[in-house]
Amino acid sequence: MKATRFVAGLLATATALVLASQVHAAGDVGHIEQANNELENSASLQRGARNFMNYCVGCHALKYVRYNRLSEDLGLNEDQLKENLIFGADKANANVNRAMTSEQATKWFNAEPPDLSLTARSRGVDWIYTYLKTFYVDESRDSGVNNLLLAGSSMPHVLWELQGLQRAVYRNETVVADGGFTEEISVFDYFEPLKAGTLTPAEYDGFVRDTVNFLDYVGEPMKLKRQRIGLMVLGYLVALGLLLFALKKEYWRDIH
Amino acid sequence: MSEEEVDQGRRRMLTVASAVTGGVGVAALAAPFVLSFKPSARARAVGAPVKVDISKVEMGSLLRVEWRGKPVFILRRSPAALATLPKVTEQLRDPESKKSIQPEFAQNDTRSLDPELVVLLGVCTHLGCAPAYLPEVGTPGADDELVAFLCACHGSKFDVSGRVFKAVPAESNLEVPPYRELGDGWLLIGDTSGAVA
Amino acid sequence: MSTGPSTQAPGRMARFGEWIDERLPVSSFWKAHVSEYYAPKNFNFWYYFGSLAMLVLVIQIVTGIFLTMNYKPSAAEAFASVEYIMRDVEWGWLIRYMHSTGASAFFIVVYLHMFRAMMYGSYRKPRELLWVIGMAIYLVLMAEAFMGYLLPWGQMSYWGAQVIVSLFGAIPVVGEGLAEWIRGDYFISDITLNRFFAFHVIALPLILLLLVVVHLAALHEVGSNNPDGIEIKKNKGPDGVPLDGIPFHPYYTVKDLVGTVVFLGVFFLVVFFAPEMNGLFLEHANFEPADRLKTPEHIAPVWYFTPFYAILRAVPDKLFGVILMGLAIALLFLLPWLDRSPVKSIRYRSPIAKLMLGLFALSFIGLGYFGLQPVTTVGTIASRLFTFVYFAFLLGMPWWSRLGTAKQEPERVTYESH
Repeated sequence: MKATRFVAGLLATATALVLASQVHAAGDVGHIEQANNELENSASLQRGARNFMNYCVGCHALKYVRYNRLSEDLGLNEDQLKENLIFGADKANANVNRAMTSEQATKWFNAEPPDLSLTARSRGVDWIYTYLKTFYVDESRDSGVNNLLLAGSSMPHVLWELQGLQRAVYRNETVVADGGFTEEISVFDYFEPLKAGTLTPAEYDGFVRDTVNFLDYVGEPMKLKRQRIGLMVLGYLVALGLLLFALKKEYWRDIH
Repeated sequence: MSEEEVDQGRRRMLTVASAVTGGVGVAALAAPFVLSFKPSARARAVGAPVKVDISKVEMGSLLRVEWRGKPVFILRRSPAALATLPKVTEQLRDPESKKSIQPEFAQNDTRSLDPELVVLLGVCTHLGCAPAYLPEVGTPGADDELVAFLCACHGSKFDVSGRVFKAVPAESNLEVPPYRELGDGWLLIGDTSGAVA
Repeated sequence: MSTGPSTQAPGRMARFGEWIDERLPVSSFWKAHVSEYYAPKNFNFWYYFGSLAMLVLVIQIVTGIFLTMNYKPSAAEAFASVEYIMRDVEWGWLIRYMHSTGASAFFIVVYLHMFRAMMYGSYRKPRELLWVIGMAIYLVLMAEAFMGYLLPWGQMSYWGAQVIVSLFGAIPVVGEGLAEWIRGDYFISDITLNRFFAFHVIALPLILLLLVVVHLAALHEVGSNNPDGIEIKKNKGPDGVPLDGIPFHPYYTVKDLVGTVVFLGVFFLVVFFAPEMNGLFLEHANFEPADRLKTPEHIAPVWYFTPFYAILRAVPDKLFGVILMGLAIALLFLLPWLDRSPVKSIRYRSPIAKLMLGLFALSFIGLGYFGLQPVTTVGTIASRLFTFVYFAFLLGMPWWSRLGTAKQEPERVTYESH
């Protein structure tokens, strides 16, 4: 019995270890800031949807999302929907398509801007949040900017008027490399503001947070619903479990 | 074998309680699977109301549009065609559309919002074929002066309001789908939010 | 549910029962395999996982059938059809999450079930075939899971299949041709997806079901082992019923129901609150559609394959790596003949045997962990160490299993009524 318990404990610990390990496909990136978005905050979701329609939908589609689903889930009525979300489209049933064509994309950016329906699931909300905050001026690039998280990103800094422009400052650091010898490498230190945007840094963070919140919703529109149902299911299973446990105890009184 | 008596009552009570509770759970678990058969959001989007421009539908001509995978007939009736309506009543199976499907506003002779313009589902109420439109309807002296629609499959005949004749296989009038006028010559077919004149 | 003889004239139901029994052996089957199938009374919680594996199989088949109704097995439509299920089909998300969680749950349950057999020597005589059939089930299950993982047509689906199919290319002479034959194309394509779909939804489930029936038939022929590793059939009462055996129904049906509800609690906790399991059950990169021109930065198979994947990576030679990986699975088939211990159960085996089994479990988990991680020097060293332990356990078993002193097995099973 002791051995069993020992092995069981071993298994449990190891399982916990495996579960705790991050297997996010993030690769070798610097710091990732926490988005701390709240899916329950419908005002934030509405603002995020508006931000998306104003700044993103020109190039990025949400091809798995329908406008009427947005209006239902985000609590927008038809007029608000038309006013805030649907630009040009007259069908509430249509999917959220981008304005740009593939030919234009290739011509302007030499890249195909990805569909953002599932980016919150493939990259994670924190990644998008950090990505949208870490554009910095880089004269060597056509777009004039580069990104700390996704170096060489083809995306221009669409939100620069809101955020302003910033410069990346690096410092040198000595690290112990794989082989045991030391190495001098250049590490990102901080951003130095170059030009103020129309939003304060705190306002810009809020703007990005709302947008990320919207993308989080878009990635899995049923997320809140599934958690609500989950609580009911687990409650039911506890009740059923207690009953069955009593039943088992009752029958097993026969066994000596 | 046991010193303590087996409490059969308690055992039965627990068994029944567990069976009932478990049964409720199984039924609840079955529900999502059953409901997954309902028309999906995409099916509902595809089957959404259809906006139709009727300004170019000429007198006596029929416009066919598709709604939920079915043909919808939009017919602008001439005064001559409309004049057949009172004459045909005797020959009809359900002249007052009592046993037929239509929005409330269409349960009359013209079976339409605008007397001139009738909107019908082009699906024969017998076995679902699409009836043909006979443009000679209302022309005095024509063979079938009173018949506007003839189903080629089994010979069911309907008048210019889609009402079925006696002694044909179809038993009820052509269905009138829900629709409303949007103004400026636009019609919204399939909108159930009520008639707006 | 009274099956005993009745003194009254048979009622309508009883007569119907007789009518059936004369044509189909329902009640004799029920007796032989359920109400008068005697199982040892000292099963502990490790014995839940057999019935749980059957439960998961049912969940997978039912949810799978419903997914098939909306899934499109074509490279152009597969990814979008999964999102269609997730967003547009009513309750489709629940059915899909149950299926994706079920896949991982299947392996968790099966690994624990196998470990139970290893702890209590359930593969030893007379249960050698039972173990071999079980291993065959495990092998088919791996094929089933692997082919199913391609179907969502995400980045991980695509590149996972690419890597695994390429493994066949390591086989000398026929390898490349074989890999091409499996794919039916020069790369993982629509053709590959289509045939994997056929295997996943019909061919392999049929084999799986057949093997499960055979597994149960073998089990009911020899009877269950138990934590003490002694045969209850050695001690029979005057009525021929094992003294330490109890009827499967009602005692183990009610007990297994408790286990079922506990399992479902954990299962639905994942389904409703962590269906991605932080990238373990649904990998993040799989939310990007397959792109044959762009490999994800870090590819790892789903967690249940990573112990073997780590063995593969631990070897610096392609062919030898594939051989070693295959051997890691193949050797398990031989367990009944490798074990030379005088007793079955870990309870009575020597401290060396306990240590070896503990190390084996640790190495399996360790390999699983490092198989998930990107390649690092530490990871490779650790993987090699664990690979060594893994094979030392299996290949050394004929020797170490005879070492040390085993405790005396009891005459009767140990059971305290609570």
